[in-house]
Amino acid sequence: MSGPALWSVVGVVIQVLLVVLGAPLLVALMRQVRARLEGRAGAGLGQPWRDLRKQLRKEPIAPDGSTVVFTAAPVVALSSALLIVAAIPLITTTSPLDDVADLYAVVSLLLVGSVAMALAGIDTGSAFGGMGSSRTITVAALAEPTLLVAGFALSVRVGSSNLGSLVEHAQRAPSVVLSPATLLAAAALWIVVVAEAGRLPVDNPATHLELTMIHEATTLEYAGRDLALVELGSAIRLTILLGLWGNLFLPWGVATTVTPGALALGVLVMVVKVAVLGAALGASEVFMAKWRLFRVPELLAGSFLFGVLAVSSSFFLA
Amino acid sequence: MSTALYTQLLYLVCGGLLLTSVLTLWRRELSALIRLLTAQGVLLAALAALLGTQDGGLELFAVAFGVLLLKAGVLPVVLRRVLVDSGAARETQPLVNVPSSLLAAALLTLLAYAVSRPLVDLDPTPTTHAVPVGIAMVLLGFFVLVTRRRALSQVIGFLLLDNGIAATAFLVTAGVPVIVELAVSMDLLLVVLVLQVLTARLRAAFGDTDIDELRELRD
Repeated sequence: MSGPALWSVVGVVIQVLLVVLGAPLLVALMRQVRARLEGRAGAGLGQPWRDLRKQLRKEPIAPDGSTVVFTAAPVVALSSALLIVAAIPLITTTSPLDDVADLYAVVSLLLVGSVAMALAGIDTGSAFGGMGSSRTITVAALAEPTLLVAGFALSVRVGSSNLGSLVEHAQRAPSVVLSPATLLAAAALWIVVVAEAGRLPVDNPATHLELTMIHEATTLEYAGRDLALVELGSAIRLTILLGLWGNLFLPWGVATTVTPGALALGVLVMVVKVAVLGAALGASEVFMAKWRLFRVPELLAGSFLFGVLAVSSSFFLA
Repeated sequence: MSTALYTQLLYLVCGGLLLTSVLTLWRRELSALIRLLTAQGVLLAALAALLGTQDGGLELFAVAFGVLLLKAGVLPVVLRRVLVDSGAARETQPLVNVPSSLLAAALLTLLAYAVSRPLVDLDPTPTTHAVPVGIAMVLLGFFVLVTRRRALSQVIGFLLLDNGIAATAFLVTAGVPVIVELAVSMDLLLVVLVLQVLTARLRAAFGDTDIDELRELRD
Protein backbone atom coordinates (compact mmCIF):
# COMPACT_ATOMS: atom_id res chain seq x y z
CA MET A 1 0.00 0.00 0.00
CA SER A 2 1.44 3.39 -0.95
CA GLY A 3 2.15 6.14 1.59
CA PRO A 4 -0.83 8.50 1.18
CA ALA A 5 -3.34 5.64 0.95
CA LEU A 6 -1.92 4.11 4.10
CA TRP A 7 -2.09 7.42 5.97
CA SER A 8 -5.66 8.05 4.87
CA VAL A 9 -6.61 4.64 6.32
CA VAL A 10 -4.75 5.54 9.50
CA GLY A 11 -6.65 8.85 9.57
CA VAL A 12 -10.02 7.08 9.42
CA VAL A 13 -9.02 4.59 12.12
CA ILE A 14 -7.95 7.46 14.39
CA GLN A 15 -11.21 9.27 13.60
CA VAL A 16 -13.36 6.27 14.54
CA LEU A 17 -11.37 5.55 17.72
CA LEU A 18 -11.46 9.22 18.73
CA VAL A 19 -15.23 9.45 18.31
CA VAL A 20 -16.03 6.13 20.01
CA LEU A 21 -13.77 6.86 22.98
CA GLY A 22 -14.62 10.56 23.11
CA ALA A 23 -18.41 10.47 22.66
CA PRO A 24 -19.19 9.40 26.26
CA LEU A 25 -16.70 12.02 27.46
CA LEU A 26 -18.62 14.67 25.48
CA VAL A 27 -21.85 13.60 27.18
CA ALA A 28 -20.04 13.80 30.53
CA LEU A 29 -18.66 17.24 29.70
CA MET A 30 -22.13 18.56 28.86
CA ARG A 31 -23.59 17.13 32.07
CA GLN A 32 -20.69 18.52 34.07
CA VAL A 33 -21.06 22.03 32.60
CA ARG A 34 -24.73 21.93 33.39
CA ALA A 35 -24.16 20.64 36.91
CA ARG A 36 -21.59 23.32 37.70
CA LEU A 37 -23.82 26.10 36.38
CA GLU A 38 -26.67 24.79 38.52
CA GLY A 39 -24.42 24.75 41.58
CA ARG A 40 -24.03 20.96 41.81
CA ALA A 41 -20.72 19.10 41.98
CA GLY A 42 -21.53 16.78 39.07
CA ALA A 43 -20.51 13.16 38.57
CA GLY A 44 -17.19 13.83 36.88
CA LEU A 45 -15.95 13.16 33.36
CA GLY A 46 -15.54 9.39 33.80
CA GLN A 47 -19.11 8.63 34.78
CA PRO A 48 -20.59 7.64 31.37
CA TRP A 49 -17.68 5.23 30.78
CA ARG A 50 -18.16 3.74 34.26
CA ASP A 51 -21.87 3.30 33.50
CA LEU A 52 -21.10 1.69 30.15
CA ARG A 53 -18.60 -0.71 31.73
CA LYS A 54 -21.13 -1.73 34.34
CA GLN A 55 -23.90 -2.26 31.77
CA LEU A 56 -21.64 -4.20 29.39
CA ARG A 57 -21.04 -6.81 32.11
CA LYS A 58 -24.75 -7.42 32.69
CA GLU A 59 -26.94 -9.73 30.63
CA PRO A 60 -29.42 -8.14 28.21
CA ILE A 61 -33.07 -8.85 28.98
CA ALA A 62 -35.74 -8.65 26.30
CA PRO A 63 -39.42 -8.20 27.22
CA ASP A 64 -41.80 -11.12 26.60
CA GLY A 65 -43.18 -11.17 23.10
CA SER A 66 -40.55 -8.83 21.62
CA THR A 67 -39.02 -9.98 18.35
CA VAL A 68 -35.73 -9.70 16.53
CA VAL A 69 -36.58 -6.06 15.77
CA PHE A 70 -36.03 -5.25 19.44
CA THR A 71 -32.71 -7.10 19.76
CA ALA A 72 -31.35 -5.87 16.41
CA ALA A 73 -32.17 -2.17 16.88
CA PRO A 74 -29.19 -1.20 19.10
CA VAL A 75 -26.79 -2.93 16.73
CA VAL A 76 -28.33 -1.28 13.66
CA ALA A 77 -28.29 2.15 15.31
CA LEU A 78 -24.69 1.80 16.50
CA SER A 79 -23.35 0.38 13.25
CA SER A 80 -25.02 3.02 11.10
CA ALA A 81 -23.49 5.67 13.38
CA LEU A 82 -20.05 4.03 13.07
CA LEU A 83 -20.36 3.93 9.28
CA ILE A 84 -21.10 7.67 9.29
CA VAL A 85 -18.09 8.33 11.53
CA ALA A 86 -15.82 6.45 9.14
CA ALA A 87 -17.09 8.35 6.10
CA ILE A 88 -17.59 11.99 7.10
CA PRO A 89 -14.79 14.57 7.35
CA LEU A 90 -14.25 15.04 11.08
CA ILE A 91 -10.45 15.19 11.32
CA THR A 92 -9.60 14.54 7.67
CA THR A 93 -11.38 15.05 4.35
CA THR A 94 -9.48 12.24 2.66
CA SER A 95 -11.37 9.22 3.93
CA PRO A 96 -11.23 6.18 1.59
CA LEU A 97 -15.03 6.09 2.09
CA ASP A 98 -15.29 9.65 0.77
CA ASP A 99 -17.83 8.60 -1.89
CA VAL A 100 -20.29 7.64 0.86
CA ALA A 101 -19.90 11.01 2.60
CA ASP A 102 -22.64 12.64 0.57
CA LEU A 103 -24.71 14.99 2.76
CA TYR A 104 -27.95 13.26 1.78
CA ALA A 105 -26.53 9.78 2.28
CA VAL A 106 -25.35 10.75 5.76
CA VAL A 107 -28.76 12.20 6.61
CA SER A 108 -30.41 8.96 5.46
CA LEU A 109 -27.99 6.89 7.54
CA LEU A 110 -28.82 8.99 10.59
CA LEU A 111 -32.49 8.35 9.86
CA VAL A 112 -31.83 4.58 9.70
CA GLY A 113 -30.70 4.77 13.33
CA SER A 114 -33.77 6.78 14.41
CA VAL A 115 -36.14 4.43 12.57
CA ALA A 116 -34.51 1.32 14.09
CA MET A 117 -34.98 2.75 17.58
CA ALA A 118 -38.56 3.80 16.82
CA LEU A 119 -39.42 0.31 15.55
CA ALA A 120 -37.88 -1.19 18.69
CA GLY A 121 -40.06 1.11 20.79
CA ILE A 122 -43.18 -0.17 19.03
CA ASP A 123 -41.98 -3.78 19.15
CA THR A 124 -42.04 -3.96 22.96
CA GLY A 125 -45.78 -3.31 22.93
CA SER A 126 -45.57 -0.98 25.92
CA ALA A 127 -47.53 2.26 25.90
CA PHE A 128 -44.50 4.45 26.53
CA GLY A 129 -42.50 2.82 23.74
CA GLY A 130 -45.24 3.47 21.21
CA MET A 131 -45.66 7.04 22.37
CA GLY A 132 -41.91 7.65 22.20
CA SER A 133 -41.70 6.13 18.71
CA SER A 134 -44.51 8.28 17.42
CA ARG A 135 -42.83 11.40 18.84
CA THR A 136 -39.39 10.44 17.52
CA ILE A 137 -40.75 10.01 14.03
CA THR A 138 -42.78 13.24 14.25
CA VAL A 139 -39.67 15.23 15.15
CA ALA A 140 -37.54 13.43 12.56
CA ALA A 141 -40.12 14.00 9.83
CA LEU A 142 -40.28 17.70 10.64
CA ALA A 143 -36.48 18.06 10.84
CA GLU A 144 -35.88 16.27 7.54
CA PRO A 145 -37.10 19.04 5.17
CA THR A 146 -34.87 21.57 6.96
CA LEU A 147 -31.84 19.31 6.59
CA LEU A 148 -32.50 18.84 2.90
CA VAL A 149 -33.15 22.52 2.18
CA ALA A 150 -30.24 23.84 4.28
CA GLY A 151 -27.99 21.19 2.77
CA PHE A 152 -29.07 22.37 -0.67
CA ALA A 153 -28.15 25.96 0.28
CA LEU A 154 -24.64 24.81 1.23
CA SER A 155 -24.07 22.57 -1.75
CA VAL A 156 -25.45 24.86 -4.46
CA ARG A 157 -22.36 27.07 -4.29
CA VAL A 158 -19.88 24.21 -4.37
CA GLY A 159 -21.77 22.24 -7.00
CA SER A 160 -21.47 19.06 -4.95
CA SER A 161 -23.14 17.66 -1.86
CA ASN A 162 -20.05 15.70 -0.86
CA LEU A 163 -19.18 16.72 2.71
CA GLY A 164 -15.44 16.59 2.04
CA SER A 165 -15.79 19.00 -0.89
CA LEU A 166 -18.01 21.31 1.16
CA VAL A 167 -15.40 21.54 3.94
CA GLU A 168 -12.50 21.97 1.49
CA HIS A 169 -14.35 24.69 -0.43
CA ALA A 170 -15.13 26.60 2.76
CA GLN A 171 -11.45 26.37 3.77
CA ARG A 172 -10.31 27.79 0.45
CA ALA A 173 -12.80 30.69 0.48
CA PRO A 174 -13.20 31.82 4.11
CA SER A 175 -15.44 34.78 3.11
CA VAL A 176 -18.15 32.24 2.22
CA VAL A 177 -18.53 31.48 5.92
CA LEU A 178 -19.77 35.01 6.63
CA SER A 179 -22.31 35.18 3.81
CA PRO A 180 -25.99 35.46 4.78
CA ALA A 181 -26.78 32.11 3.13
CA THR A 182 -24.22 30.26 5.24
CA LEU A 183 -25.23 32.01 8.46
CA LEU A 184 -28.92 31.24 7.88
CA ALA A 185 -28.08 27.63 7.04
CA ALA A 186 -25.99 27.47 10.22
CA ALA A 187 -28.94 28.67 12.31
CA ALA A 188 -31.31 26.22 10.58
CA LEU A 189 -28.95 23.27 11.04
CA TRP A 190 -28.26 24.15 14.67
CA ILE A 191 -31.98 23.79 15.43
CA VAL A 192 -31.97 20.46 13.59
CA VAL A 193 -28.92 19.30 15.57
CA VAL A 194 -30.73 20.14 18.81
CA ALA A 195 -33.87 18.31 17.64
CA GLU A 196 -32.08 15.24 16.26
CA ALA A 197 -29.81 14.89 19.28
CA GLY A 198 -32.83 15.13 21.57
CA ARG A 199 -31.65 18.12 23.61
CA LEU A 200 -33.61 20.95 25.22
CA PRO A 201 -35.99 22.57 24.28
CA VAL A 202 -37.19 19.67 22.08
CA ASP A 203 -36.44 16.77 24.42
CA ASN A 204 -34.94 16.60 27.90
CA PRO A 205 -32.20 13.93 27.99
CA ALA A 206 -32.02 13.98 31.79
CA THR A 207 -35.61 13.02 32.53
CA HIS A 208 -37.69 9.88 32.54
CA LEU A 209 -40.96 11.72 33.03
CA GLU A 210 -43.59 9.75 31.11
CA LEU A 211 -45.47 12.63 29.58
CA THR A 212 -42.52 14.51 28.14
CA MET A 213 -39.77 12.12 27.11
CA ILE A 214 -39.14 11.42 23.45
CA HIS A 215 -35.90 9.52 22.90
CA GLU A 216 -35.76 7.96 26.38
CA ALA A 217 -39.22 6.44 25.93
CA THR A 218 -38.02 4.18 23.12
CA THR A 219 -35.06 2.91 25.19
CA LEU A 220 -36.98 2.22 28.43
CA GLU A 221 -37.15 -1.55 27.96
CA TYR A 222 -33.45 -2.06 27.27
CA ALA A 223 -31.13 -3.45 29.92
CA GLY A 224 -27.55 -4.61 30.27
CA ARG A 225 -25.41 -4.88 27.16
CA ASP A 226 -28.16 -3.64 24.83
CA LEU A 227 -28.64 -0.50 26.93
CA ALA A 228 -24.89 0.15 26.75
CA LEU A 229 -25.03 -0.10 22.95
CA VAL A 230 -28.03 2.26 22.80
CA GLU A 231 -26.35 4.85 25.01
CA LEU A 232 -23.04 4.63 23.18
CA GLY A 233 -24.94 4.96 19.87
CA SER A 234 -26.76 8.08 20.96
CA ALA A 235 -23.55 9.63 22.34
CA ILE A 236 -21.81 8.96 19.00
CA ARG A 237 -24.79 10.46 17.20
CA LEU A 238 -24.50 13.64 19.26
CA THR A 239 -20.76 13.81 18.53
CA ILE A 240 -21.38 13.34 14.80
CA LEU A 241 -23.98 16.10 14.71
CA LEU A 242 -21.83 18.59 16.65
CA GLY A 243 -18.66 17.66 14.76
CA LEU A 244 -20.34 17.95 11.39
CA TRP A 245 -21.91 21.29 12.28
CA GLY A 246 -18.55 22.56 13.51
CA ASN A 247 -16.74 21.44 10.36
CA LEU A 248 -19.32 22.80 7.93
CA PHE A 249 -19.46 26.28 9.47
CA LEU A 250 -16.00 26.58 11.11
CA PRO A 251 -14.00 24.51 8.62
CA TRP A 252 -10.51 25.49 9.77
CA GLY A 253 -8.06 22.85 10.92
CA VAL A 254 -9.57 19.83 9.18
CA ALA A 255 -6.77 17.89 7.49
CA THR A 256 -7.00 18.05 3.69
CA THR A 257 -3.64 16.34 3.18
CA VAL A 258 -2.64 13.04 4.69
CA THR A 259 0.52 13.89 6.61
CA PRO A 260 0.98 12.91 10.28
CA GLY A 261 1.25 16.58 11.26
CA ALA A 262 -2.01 17.55 9.55
CA LEU A 263 -3.77 14.58 11.15
CA ALA A 264 -2.50 15.52 14.61
CA LEU A 265 -3.70 19.11 14.09
CA GLY A 266 -7.04 17.75 12.83
CA VAL A 267 -7.49 15.65 15.99
CA LEU A 268 -6.65 18.59 18.24
CA VAL A 269 -8.95 21.04 16.41
CA MET A 270 -11.78 18.49 16.34
CA VAL A 271 -11.57 17.88 20.08
CA VAL A 272 -11.55 21.62 20.81
CA LYS A 273 -14.46 22.35 18.43
CA VAL A 274 -16.71 19.59 19.71
CA ALA A 275 -15.86 20.35 23.34
CA VAL A 276 -16.63 24.06 22.90
CA LEU A 277 -19.87 23.40 21.00
CA GLY A 278 -20.93 20.77 23.52
CA ALA A 279 -20.17 23.05 26.47
CA ALA A 280 -22.10 25.88 24.78
CA LEU A 281 -25.06 23.58 24.18
CA GLY A 282 -24.91 22.31 27.76
CA ALA A 283 -24.67 25.83 29.15
CA SER A 284 -27.57 27.10 27.01
CA GLU A 285 -29.77 24.32 28.38
CA VAL A 286 -29.52 25.79 31.86
CA PHE A 287 -31.50 28.80 30.71
CA MET A 288 -34.18 26.84 28.87
CA ALA A 289 -37.23 24.83 29.71
CA LYS A 290 -38.54 22.00 27.58
CA TRP A 291 -41.23 23.17 25.19
CA ARG A 292 -44.63 21.59 24.97
CA LEU A 293 -44.64 18.90 22.28
CA PHE A 294 -47.16 20.90 20.28
CA ARG A 295 -44.80 23.87 20.15
CA VAL A 296 -42.00 21.78 18.65
CA PRO A 297 -43.45 22.05 15.11
CA GLU A 298 -43.21 25.83 15.55
CA LEU A 299 -39.48 25.56 16.22
CA LEU A 300 -38.95 23.25 13.28
CA ALA A 301 -41.12 25.41 10.99
CA GLY A 302 -38.80 28.26 12.00
CA SER A 303 -35.74 26.22 11.10
CA PHE A 304 -37.35 25.26 7.78
CA LEU A 305 -37.93 28.96 7.11
CA PHE A 306 -34.24 29.66 7.82
CA GLY A 307 -33.39 26.88 5.38
CA VAL A 308 -35.62 28.36 2.66
CA LEU A 309 -34.18 31.84 3.29
CA ALA A 310 -30.68 30.36 3.07
CA VAL A 311 -31.46 28.85 -0.33
CA SER A 312 -33.18 31.95 -1.67
CA SER A 313 -30.46 34.30 -0.41
CA SER A 314 -27.76 32.07 -1.87
CA PHE A 315 -29.43 32.90 -5.17
CA PHE A 316 -30.21 36.60 -4.80
CA LEU A 317 -27.46 37.67 -2.42
CA ALA A 318 -24.54 36.08 -4.24
CA MET B 1 -13.18 50.08 0.85
CA SER B 2 -12.64 47.34 -1.72
CA THR B 3 -15.61 46.22 -3.79
CA ALA B 4 -15.50 42.65 -2.50
CA LEU B 5 -15.57 43.75 1.14
CA TYR B 6 -18.33 46.26 0.39
CA THR B 7 -20.44 43.57 -1.30
CA GLN B 8 -19.92 41.16 1.54
CA LEU B 9 -20.86 43.71 4.21
CA LEU B 10 -23.86 44.85 2.15
CA TYR B 11 -25.17 41.30 1.84
CA LEU B 12 -24.53 40.65 5.52
CA VAL B 13 -26.57 43.74 6.47
CA CYS B 14 -29.35 42.71 4.06
CA GLY B 15 -29.34 39.20 5.51
CA GLY B 16 -29.69 40.74 8.96
CA LEU B 17 -32.62 42.90 7.81
CA LEU B 18 -34.36 39.84 6.38
CA LEU B 19 -33.70 37.86 9.55
CA THR B 20 -35.08 40.55 11.89
CA SER B 21 -38.22 40.85 9.74
CA VAL B 22 -38.80 37.12 9.80
CA LEU B 23 -38.19 36.87 13.54
CA THR B 24 -40.90 39.52 14.00
CA LEU B 25 -43.34 36.85 12.81
CA TRP B 26 -41.86 34.24 15.11
CA ARG B 27 -41.69 35.98 18.47
CA ARG B 28 -44.83 36.54 20.52
CA GLU B 29 -43.49 38.75 23.32
CA LEU B 30 -44.13 42.35 22.42
CA SER B 31 -40.96 43.51 24.20
CA ALA B 32 -38.91 41.13 22.01
CA LEU B 33 -40.61 42.61 18.95
CA ILE B 34 -39.54 46.09 20.02
CA ARG B 35 -35.95 44.87 20.45
CA LEU B 36 -36.05 43.35 16.96
CA LEU B 37 -37.33 46.60 15.54
CA THR B 38 -34.48 48.48 17.25
CA ALA B 39 -31.95 46.06 15.75
CA GLN B 40 -33.57 46.55 12.38
CA GLY B 41 -33.26 50.34 12.75
CA VAL B 42 -29.53 49.97 13.44
CA LEU B 43 -29.12 47.69 10.41
CA LEU B 44 -31.02 50.14 8.20
CA ALA B 45 -28.72 52.95 9.34
CA ALA B 46 -25.73 50.69 8.62
CA LEU B 47 -27.12 50.07 5.13
CA ALA B 48 -27.38 53.82 4.46
CA ALA B 49 -23.86 54.41 5.80
CA LEU B 50 -22.47 51.56 3.66
CA LEU B 51 -24.06 53.02 0.54
CA GLY B 52 -22.60 56.37 1.64
CA THR B 53 -19.06 54.97 1.53
CA GLN B 54 -19.60 54.01 -2.13
CA ASP B 55 -21.47 57.20 -3.01
CA GLY B 56 -18.83 59.55 -1.65
CA GLY B 57 -21.17 62.34 -0.53
CA LEU B 58 -21.98 63.27 3.04
CA GLU B 59 -25.73 63.27 2.43
CA LEU B 60 -26.20 59.54 2.98
CA PHE B 61 -24.23 59.67 6.22
CA ALA B 62 -26.60 62.39 7.44
CA VAL B 63 -29.56 60.21 6.43
CA ALA B 64 -27.96 57.24 8.23
CA PHE B 65 -27.62 59.32 11.37
CA GLY B 66 -31.24 60.46 11.12
CA VAL B 67 -32.45 56.87 10.62
CA LEU B 68 -30.42 55.73 13.60
CA LEU B 69 -31.83 58.49 15.78
CA LEU B 70 -35.44 57.92 14.78
CA LYS B 71 -35.68 54.16 14.28
CA ALA B 72 -33.26 52.92 16.88
CA GLY B 73 -33.75 55.76 19.37
CA VAL B 74 -37.06 57.61 19.44
CA LEU B 75 -39.53 55.03 18.10
CA PRO B 76 -38.45 52.18 20.41
CA VAL B 77 -38.76 54.51 23.41
CA VAL B 78 -42.28 55.53 22.36
CA LEU B 79 -43.22 51.90 21.70
CA ARG B 80 -41.94 50.84 25.09
CA ARG B 81 -44.17 53.47 26.70
CA VAL B 82 -47.12 52.11 24.72
CA LEU B 83 -46.22 48.64 25.96
CA VAL B 84 -46.21 49.78 29.57
CA ASP B 85 -49.50 51.63 29.08
CA SER B 86 -51.29 48.80 27.29
CA GLY B 87 -50.39 46.14 29.86
CA ALA B 88 -50.54 43.27 27.33
CA ALA B 89 -47.15 41.54 27.15
CA ARG B 90 -47.85 38.99 24.44
CA GLU B 91 -49.55 38.62 21.10
CA THR B 92 -51.77 35.81 22.35
CA GLN B 93 -53.91 34.89 19.40
CA PRO B 94 -52.74 35.96 15.98
CA LEU B 95 -55.28 35.25 13.22
CA VAL B 96 -52.79 32.88 11.57
CA ASN B 97 -50.84 30.65 13.97
CA VAL B 98 -47.07 30.92 14.20
CA PRO B 99 -45.96 27.81 12.23
CA SER B 100 -48.30 28.74 9.36
CA SER B 101 -47.16 32.34 9.34
CA LEU B 102 -43.53 31.17 9.22
CA LEU B 103 -44.34 29.05 6.17
CA ALA B 104 -46.20 32.03 4.70
CA ALA B 105 -43.05 34.12 5.31
CA ALA B 106 -41.04 31.60 3.27
CA LEU B 107 -43.54 31.92 0.41
CA LEU B 108 -43.60 35.72 0.63
CA THR B 109 -39.79 35.84 0.40
CA LEU B 110 -39.85 33.68 -2.72
CA LEU B 111 -42.62 35.90 -4.13
CA ALA B 112 -40.48 38.98 -3.46
CA TYR B 113 -37.61 37.34 -5.31
CA ALA B 114 -39.87 36.48 -8.25
CA VAL B 115 -41.43 39.93 -8.63
CA SER B 116 -38.16 41.84 -8.29
CA ARG B 117 -36.29 39.93 -10.99
CA PRO B 118 -37.25 42.31 -13.81
CA LEU B 119 -36.15 45.19 -11.57
CA VAL B 120 -32.77 43.60 -10.92
CA ASP B 121 -32.29 42.79 -14.61
CA LEU B 122 -32.52 46.50 -15.50
CA ASP B 123 -29.22 47.25 -13.80
CA PRO B 124 -27.54 44.16 -12.34
CA THR B 125 -25.12 45.56 -9.73
CA PRO B 126 -24.39 44.05 -6.29
CA THR B 127 -26.63 46.68 -4.70
CA THR B 128 -29.69 46.02 -6.85
CA HIS B 129 -29.26 42.28 -6.36
CA ALA B 130 -30.30 42.85 -2.74
CA VAL B 131 -33.59 44.58 -3.72
CA PRO B 132 -35.67 41.40 -3.07
CA VAL B 133 -34.80 41.80 0.63
CA GLY B 134 -36.49 45.22 0.73
CA ILE B 135 -39.56 43.95 -1.10
CA ALA B 136 -39.74 40.89 1.16
CA MET B 137 -39.69 43.22 4.17
CA VAL B 138 -42.62 45.19 2.71
CA LEU B 139 -44.61 41.98 2.17
CA LEU B 140 -43.80 40.66 5.64
CA GLY B 141 -44.85 44.01 7.14
CA PHE B 142 -48.19 43.74 5.33
CA PHE B 143 -48.57 40.21 6.64
CA VAL B 144 -47.99 41.30 10.25
CA LEU B 145 -50.49 44.16 9.76
CA VAL B 146 -53.14 41.79 8.46
CA THR B 147 -52.77 38.90 10.88
CA ARG B 148 -51.93 40.45 14.26
CA ARG B 149 -54.62 41.68 16.61
CA ARG B 150 -52.89 43.71 19.30
CA ALA B 151 -52.68 47.42 18.56
CA LEU B 152 -48.95 47.40 19.31
CA SER B 153 -48.25 44.49 16.93
CA GLN B 154 -50.06 46.46 14.26
CA VAL B 155 -47.79 49.44 14.84
CA ILE B 156 -44.81 47.12 14.59
CA GLY B 157 -46.12 45.70 11.32
CA PHE B 158 -46.54 49.22 10.03
CA LEU B 159 -42.99 50.17 11.01
CA LEU B 160 -41.66 46.98 9.41
CA LEU B 161 -43.49 47.96 6.22
CA ASP B 162 -41.92 51.41 6.35
CA ASN B 163 -38.45 49.95 6.99
CA GLY B 164 -38.98 47.77 3.91
CA ILE B 165 -39.88 50.77 1.78
CA ALA B 166 -36.83 52.66 3.07
CA ALA B 167 -34.53 49.68 2.42
CA THR B 168 -35.90 49.29 -1.12
CA ALA B 169 -35.40 53.01 -1.76
CA PHE B 170 -31.80 52.86 -0.52
CA LEU B 171 -31.00 49.81 -2.61
CA VAL B 172 -32.63 51.01 -5.83
CA THR B 173 -31.73 54.70 -5.89
CA ALA B 174 -29.14 55.04 -3.10
CA GLY B 175 -31.73 56.89 -1.05
CA VAL B 176 -34.45 59.45 -1.63
CA PRO B 177 -33.65 63.17 -1.24
CA VAL B 178 -33.11 64.21 2.37
CA ILE B 179 -36.17 66.46 2.41
CA VAL B 180 -38.47 63.59 1.42
CA GLU B 181 -36.82 61.31 3.94
CA LEU B 182 -37.34 63.97 6.61
CA ALA B 183 -41.03 64.38 5.74
CA VAL B 184 -41.63 60.63 5.78
CA SER B 185 -39.86 60.31 9.11
CA MET B 186 -41.99 63.06 10.64
CA ASP B 187 -45.13 61.35 9.35
CA LEU B 188 -43.95 58.09 10.81
CA LEU B 189 -43.34 59.64 14.20
CA LEU B 190 -46.78 61.24 14.12
CA VAL B 191 -48.45 57.96 13.17
CA VAL B 192 -46.77 56.18 16.05
CA LEU B 193 -47.75 58.94 18.47
CA VAL B 194 -51.37 58.85 17.25
CA LEU B 195 -51.38 55.07 17.65
CA GLN B 196 -50.02 55.49 21.15
CA VAL B 197 -53.04 57.66 22.00
CA LEU B 198 -55.34 55.19 20.25
CA THR B 199 -53.93 52.30 22.26
CA ALA B 200 -54.42 54.16 25.50
CA ARG B 201 -58.03 55.03 24.54
CA LEU B 202 -58.69 51.42 23.46
CA ARG B 203 -57.51 50.20 26.80
CA ALA B 204 -59.57 52.80 28.63
CA ALA B 205 -62.69 51.82 26.67
CA PHE B 206 -62.38 48.02 26.53
CA GLY B 207 -59.73 47.13 29.09
CA ASP B 208 -57.75 45.50 26.30
CA THR B 209 -55.88 46.45 23.14
CA ASP B 210 -57.43 43.88 20.82
CA ILE B 211 -58.44 45.88 17.76
CA ASP B 212 -61.13 43.34 16.91
CA GLU B 213 -63.16 45.18 19.55
CA LEU B 214 -63.47 48.12 17.17
CA ARG B 215 -66.56 47.03 15.28
CA GLU B 216 -68.98 49.90 15.07
CA LEU B 217 -68.82 53.57 14.26
CA ARG B 218 -70.41 56.14 16.54
CA ASP B 219 -70.39 59.85 16.60
